[in-house]
This record gives sequence, C-alpha cells and structure tokens, in this order.
Amino acid sequence: MEKDTQGTLWEVFVQANPGIPHKHVGSLHASDEEMALQNARDVYTRRKEGISIWVVEAKNIKASSPEDIGSFFEPANDKVYRHPTFYKVPDGVKHL
Amino acid sequence: MKDEKTLLEEFQSKIDKGIKIEPKDWMPEKYRKQLIRMMSQHAHSEIVGMLPEGNWITRAPSLRRKAILLAKVQDEAGHGMYLYSATETLGIDRSELLEQLHTGKAKYSSIFNYPTLTWADIGAIGWLVDGAAIMNQTALAKGSYGPYSRAMVRICKEESFHNRQGYEIMCSLAFGSEEQKQMAQDALNRWWWPAIMMLGPSDDSSPNSDELMRWKVKMESNDAIRERFIDRTVPQADYIGLTIPDPDLMFNKETGHYKHGPINWEEFFNVIKGNGPCNKIRLKARVDADRNGRWVREATEAYAAKKRIVNS
Repeated sequence: MEKDTQGTLWEVFVQANPGIPHKHVGSLHASDEEMALQNARDVYTRRKEGISIWVVEAKNIKASSPEDIGSFFEPANDKVYRHPTFYKVPDGVKHL
Repeated sequence: MKDEKTLLEEFQSKIDKGIKIEPKDWMPEKYRKQLIRMMSQHAHSEIVGMLPEGNWITRAPSLRRKAILLAKVQDEAGHGMYLYSATETLGIDRSELLEQLHTGKAKYSSIFNYPTLTWADIGAIGWLVDGAAIMNQTALAKGSYGPYSRAMVRICKEESFHNRQGYEIMCSLAFGSEEQKQMAQDALNRWWWPAIMMLGPSDDSSPNSDELMRWKVKMESNDAIRERFIDRTVPQADYIGLTIPDPDLMFNKETGHYKHGPINWEEFFNVIKGNGPCNKIRLKARVDADRNGRWVREATEAYAAKKRIVNS
C-alpha cells in the first residue's frame, strides 16, 4: 500500500493586534496554502488571538544553527559603540 | 567537535538556569525519546479524549450546553494538533505517531477508556478529568523543552473554561431535583477514582523519575500533583453537597492536606494494558476515522497538485 499522506508542514505566524509584528505560534499540516491558512485560523485563533495570519511552508525557512551561534553572532560582540550608553555626555548638556 | 560529556554538562547547565531547550539544540537521545513518548501520549489523549464527550453533543440538554460542549471538543482537537506539531519538532513524522497509536504501540490516558453513561458524566469529566489534567499541565508548562512548554501554556489557558463548565453542570444537577442530584453523585462515584489514577502511578512504583526531574521533563512527582488535585477538589464537592467516594479520605490538620484511601492500581494497569471498558471501541473509532478520512487527504493533495500545474 502506498504511504499515507499527511500533507506538508507549515509554520504559522500570527499578528495579535495592529501595529505589532507577526509572531511564530506553531505549525500544522495542510495540502496547500489555502488549507494551511484555514487550518491555522481554526487551530491557533479560536479565541480572537489574531487579526492576521502568515503561513510558510516549513521547508522554505532557513534557520541559523545553534552550534554556530558563537561565531555567527560574533561580529556584534565587540561593538559597544553601537549603544548610546558608550558615550560620555558632558555634565549639564541636555537632550542628547 | 565537543565530546558527549561536555555537551551533556552544557545541556544540564542550561536547564538549571531555566533556559529552554529548542528543537535544533543538542540533547541526549534519552531526553528526545522520553519527550516523544510523553508528548505523543499527550497528543493522543487529546484526540481520543474527544470521543467520550462527543458521545453527548447531540444529546446536550440545551442549546447553550451544546454550543459549550462543541467548543470544548473542538479545543481538544486543537490541543491534539499543537501537541502533534510540537512532537514533530523532535524529528518524528506525524504518520509514524499516528501509526503508533493505531497499532496500540503508543498509549493515551487511561481515563478515556471509561464510558459516558449519563449527562452528568460530561459535568464530571470537565470538573474532575480536566481539573486533574490542568494540575499536571500547569507543572509541565514549566518544563525544559521549549515547544512542549509553550503548547502547555496555551492549553492551560484554554482548559480553565473546560474545568468551569464541568463544575457548572455539576452545580445545576446537584442543586436540582433529587434524581438530578443522584445522577451527579453517581457520576462522581464512577469518575473519582479513574481521575485520581490518571495522574499516574504512585511515586514508589514510578521508575527513573530522578533523571527526568533533573532534565525538567517531569516537574513534580505524581503523588504531589495528586495531593494538590485532591486538596482543591474536595471542598468543591462539599460545596455542592456531593460525597467523595472514598471512606478513608481524611483531612490531616498537621500537614494541611487530605489523605486518600488505598488506590486500586490493579485496575489502573489493567486499563492501560487494554482491558478497560472502552479500550477497543476507542481505538477502533480512531482507526476508522483515519481510514475513512484517507480519501479526503488524498483528494486535497490531488487538488493542490492540479492547482500547481494550472498556476505554473
């Protein structure tokens, strides 16, 4: 017998309110993007948790790997001058 | 490449600091296996758990109760979906998980192998079964595996309505006619012990708990969760004038906790082994649903394939 199909894996992102970013909430199975969107609505927003949903086929997401986080994010480690607290502001000077 | 010992130390130190383990992080094989077992068992329980209650949807006593029960059963389906998805992040395929359920290799909660004989059983399930499940799940929400813990947080939030609607049903019956009160008492009599048992074997017969606690796969011992469940539930039964069917149940003033009478573990293990009153029909319902739904899954795939051709 041919292998049963469970559809493909989709990752779901929900925007809870206007003006804030979409946030990853989980994943689900569906045959196509329309079904993925409808399933996402039924699985992840039964209590008005969202006003907008994105679904992305999981295989299309490229993620950084945990083993490499040290070297991958290293360039930011020695650049404290990117933060305002790095700078000395003379006493009495305001609005900087 | 780091050796196994260093990796294990780093893993443990993350857990000790309360940092969640994420799908792509290194983890011991035993941790992965144990989580797959626990999480899939949990997912299967949500799905099989729809059956005893589904039995009463068409016979709910009012439209209000019917709408509530429908929403609750739909939630269980959703919870099953969150949990299957979370389990898949550990590198196991959904069809494999379902295969394990359908062949009896994977278990689900023993409680769903009991029948729902009267409407009061729907009250007792929400009050006791969901009540006990919430105790367990609130603990699991603090667990170390990110996807599982996040699913638990969501599930706990949704389940508090399940618990309340059940108690509300019990209240209506307990404060109703004499027959209704008897019906409520009868449901409590039949569901109390299975609910106590569903929190798992007693600590002295529950093997390899130490490592699971250290890895925060298990957060609390079965007996500790059971004690908290009983402490919270007994006063709720008192309030509606129902009697907990345990003649040995006693409040211990020194510890501030209730002490329950002996549990019939033989019954528990017997139900787990497949000999409960409904094991066979529960499993058959799942296998049939899977088989009968197969053509639908295939049709949606064919439709998706056709659309891809048309659009290309």
